[in-house]
Amino acid sequence: MRLLRILHRALLAVPVALGVAVLAFFSLHLLPGDPVQIMLGDTNASLALVRSVQHELHLDRPLYVQLALFFGQLARGDLGTSIVQHRAVAAMIAEALPATIELTLAALVIAVLIALPLGLASAIRPGSWVDRAVLSTSLLGASMPAFWFGLLLILFFAVDARALPTSGQIDASIGVPPVTGFLLVDSLLARNGAAFLSVIRHLIMPALTLGAVFAAVLARTVRSSMIEALGRQYITTARAKGISEAAVVAKHALRNALIPAITVAGLQIGELLGGNMIVETVFAWPGLGRLAVNSIFARDYVVVQAAVMLYAVTYVAANLAVDIAYTVLDPRTEFG
Amino acid sequence: MSALQLLYPIRRHGVRALSSANRVSAGLAAEPIGLIAGLLVLAYVLGAVLAPLIAPYSPAATDLAARLAPPSRLHWFGTDALGRDVLSRTIYGARVSIMVGVLTVGISAVAGTALGMPGAYYRGGIDLVGARLVELLQAFPYLIFAIGMMAFLGPGFWNLIWALALKGWIEFYRLARGETLSQANREYVEAARAMGYPSSWILVSEILPNIVNTVAVVATLRLGYFMVLEASLSFLGVGIPPRTPAWGSMINEGRNVLFIAWWVSTIPGLALLLLVLAINLLGERMREILDPG
Repeated sequence: MRLLRILHRALLAVPVALGVAVLAFFSLHLLPGDPVQIMLGDTNASLALVRSVQHELHLDRPLYVQLALFFGQLARGDLGTSIVQHRAVAAMIAEALPATIELTLAALVIAVLIALPLGLASAIRPGSWVDRAVLSTSLLGASMPAFWFGLLLILFFAVDARALPTSGQIDASIGVPPVTGFLLVDSLLARNGAAFLSVIRHLIMPALTLGAVFAAVLARTVRSSMIEALGRQYITTARAKGISEAAVVAKHALRNALIPAITVAGLQIGELLGGNMIVETVFAWPGLGRLAVNSIFARDYVVVQAAVMLYAVTYVAANLAVDIAYTVLDPRTEFG
Repeated sequence: MSALQLLYPIRRHGVRALSSANRVSAGLAAEPIGLIAGLLVLAYVLGAVLAPLIAPYSPAATDLAARLAPPSRLHWFGTDALGRDVLSRTIYGARVSIMVGVLTVGISAVAGTALGMPGAYYRGGIDLVGARLVELLQAFPYLIFAIGMMAFLGPGFWNLIWALALKGWIEFYRLARGETLSQANREYVEAARAMGYPSSWILVSEILPNIVNTVAVVATLRLGYFMVLEASLSFLGVGIPPRTPAWGSMINEGRNVLFIAWWVSTIPGLALLLLVLAINLLGERMREILDPG
């Protein structure tokens, strides 16, 4: 029964993903002016060149044909060819994606490590100075633009660039044979300790920047759902039974408080993905976000289209995962 | 309906608005944090409006002899790479942030409420179309959507507002829809229906005043968020065109000179942080006053 619900939910996500693809397709036609002229820099591009690029991008065919070709390409995993680099966009994205995943996961880990204990500490003693400190700090974090925070971190901590580098993913002088594409994993596989440390050092500040804003929201959510969970009757019963306060918090309240916390965290994934673009730009992290922003300036709209689509589909998938996790964690959930 | 009956909704809205405003200002004044936040926001707005009068220099005035000058009596917050006064540009930058924020929130709130209320009340066609549209737009994370739109539309003030509002209305749509659904079964609505008032009248003059407070609180809380979004987009170079002083683009310009001229990036960011913080505090206070449920 639950499996059916999960399948149902997954199936509902498909038209949304398709809709995303259609929107991405039409975005190229949003450009004010001729897309090809803009992409070629509308300088003295010869008519022959413009025509050939138009033909390459199928822009000279009727709209419905273009749409069909677009989906055909998509089904084959072909995301188009970059105008600027003349490479398959899918390959460019595959190169950049692992770095983004590493950064986002690191940010998530940092955010949870910060937010969970702070939220708990705050919920156990509501109104205390700990609580008020956590609340004010999280309000500060939630009001702060992430890119400015990143620059501030750079200003304070990166005066010695060898200790905490401000750009890139690894020391340019260190080479790691690419096995999985994930530098952290690859450096471990190559037993290259120096490389591993180098990646970690490069990772700290961007992950901290991305994680901090997320942590601010997460801390508040953990706090409010813990306060609610601790106020329930079964907690009073457990306390009356003489169970230690630590066990009450850890075993009984926490498990139930995590459910709404995960939901809200899931809603914030969108912010995390968006912030990812910003942080990668600030720290020149070689991931999907930086690729997308650079492509915007290079007017490589084919790449931009693919990147935006990928981000959106990731978001849909992440929301689906949260929904599924929610069903698994709380069997009482009904899908409306 | 008589002319008097038509005037009734206007009078009712006016009275409600005044009484809410009264409550909010009284509540803010009663407690220090709310008061400071309110005054700070007021100071920013006044500063933005009176910018030509209070800014010591023109925001575009370059002084190549005094490039990247540290804060001094001449330039309280220093100068940037082109010798422009950072204080003046920061003051003028408030205009952009406030206008973009207020316009985006205003359009989103009005559009979202206008679409959400009939959807919830009448159900049927509008509701379904709205729900599908919302689902599709929701698939994009906000910043990604805005960046994507701005990448294709090109930088510009109104482009930015439309790009932000195109997703911003959704939250207000859901809010208005939810609130209208819960109000629609109340007795006063039934009574109005029994008295023969048309549905549109009921929506506007009976239900709307009861949900306006909640909408106003949400609008205030989102205002800061939209401002940070605008700054993020300008920082990336896809927001406000670079000639207009905007905090986000100023912060971006300061990146290259971060270690030799920290003030160029830090000051505008601080200005943004303080404003958003004040607005968020204000919004939370408003929520406590108007909507304690």
